[in-house]
Amino acid sequence: MTAMTFPQQLVTILMVILGTVLTRFLPFLLFPRGKPIPKYIRYLGSVLPAAVFAMLVVYCLKDTSLFSGNHGIPEAIACAAVVILHLWKRQMLLSIAGGTITYMLLIQLVFS
Amino acid sequence: MRRDKPDKRQNHRQRQAQNRAADAQPECAHNAETESDGRDASAHKAGRGYRSEGSRTVAAFKAAFPYTIPIFTGFWFLGFTYGIYMNAAGFSFWYPMLMSLTIFAGSVEFVTVNLLLGAFNPTQALLLTLMLNARHLFYGIAMLEKYGSAGRKRFYLIFGMCDESFSINYTAQIPAHVDKGLFMFFVTLLNQIYWVSGSTLGGIFGGLLPFDMRGIEFVMTAMFIVIFMEQWMKDKTHASHILGFALSLLCLILFGADNFIIPSMAAILVALTVLRKKLEFPDAPGEAQ
Repeated sequence: MTAMTFPQQLVTILMVILGTVLTRFLPFLLFPRGKPIPKYIRYLGSVLPAAVFAMLVVYCLKDTSLFSGNHGIPEAIACAAVVILHLWKRQMLLSIAGGTITYMLLIQLVFS
Repeated sequence: MRRDKPDKRQNHRQRQAQNRAADAQPECAHNAETESDGRDASAHKAGRGYRSEGSRTVAAFKAAFPYTIPIFTGFWFLGFTYGIYMNAAGFSFWYPMLMSLTIFAGSVEFVTVNLLLGAFNPTQALLLTLMLNARHLFYGIAMLEKYGSAGRKRFYLIFGMCDESFSINYTAQIPAHVDKGLFMFFVTLLNQIYWVSGSTLGGIFGGLLPFDMRGIEFVMTAMFIVIFMEQWMKDKTHASHILGFALSLLCLILFGADNFIIPSMAAILVALTVLRKKLEFPDAPGEAQ
C-alpha cells in the first residue's frame, strides 16, 4: 500500500516528532522564568491562533476541486452541516460526528 | 467542571483522610520524585503542609478528572477515527498507537498519514509540522509562568501540550487546596491516555467494522471548523480570523494545494505585524504588565 520503505517511514515520523517537540519547548527555552516576554510576542500569542485555525480549515479543504468531480458540493454541504449543528447545539462531538456522517453518506450514496 | 463548594471540600478531605492509609503504599513511589519547587512551598503556606504526598496526589487527580471527561469522549471518538483512518490507509495498529504516544498532536497525526502515503520528503515533513504546530509556540508563551514553575513535571507538561490540555490548564480554576503542578500533570496524562487508547482501539478494530469508511477523512475538516468556530465565539474582534481565512485562500489559489502553507503563514505573520496597532488594543486588555 505504501510507497515508502520502513526506514523512510521512521524518518518521516521522527521529523514530525521533532517538529512537534520543537514548537512545544522553544518558548520555554527562549524565555526562561523571570525573563520578560517581548510585547510583540505576547501580541502574536493573542491574535495568531485564530488565523492559524482558519488556515487549517483551508488546508483540510485544499484538495477539493470546484471544477471537476463533484464540484465540491458534498464538502460544502458537510461543512454547512458542521456549522449549523455547532451554532444550534454547540456540542463539539455532535458537530464533528454529524458533519462527518453527512459527508460519508453523501459521497457513498448520493455522489458516488 | 464545578469548583468545590466549601461543604463539598469538607467531605472531600474526610474521604481523603480515609483514603490516605489505603493509598500510602502505591503513592510512595511517587513521593520519590517530588520536586522542591514553589508549589510545595505554597501548599505549606496555605496551612496544608500536614497532608501527605499521597493525599495531595489523590486530591489533584480528583480535581483534574472531571475537567477531562469531555476530552475523554472527544479523544476516544477522534482517536478511534484516527485509528480507523490509518487502518483504512493500510497501516497496522502499531502506527496509530506509537504515533499517538510520541507525537501526541492530533491534527499533525492525521496529516502524517498523508505524508506516509506520499513520496519520501523529510524536509517537507518537518516544515509542515512546524507550520501546523506553530500555534504551540503561542500556547507555550501563554503557559510560561504556569508550566515553568511546575518543577520536573514541566518536561512532561510541555511535551504533552496539545490544544485540549492547554485549554484546560490555561483556563481551569484550580481549587486552592490542590497542587497546581499535579493538577496540570493529571490533565495532560489523562488526555494522553484517552488519545492513545482511542487510536489504538481504532487501529485494531477499524478493519472489523462492517461499514464503508469512505469519507472518514472529513473528520479532520469538521474538527478544525469546530475549533475555528469556538475561537471565533471566544474572541471579541474577528480581524485575525478573517485575515487568516482570506490570506490562506489567496495563497491556495496563487501557489496551489501542495505549496500554500508556508506562504500563508508568512502572509498572516506580515499582515498581523502590520496591523498590530489596530488589533492590539481590543484584543489584549490586561496586557500592559
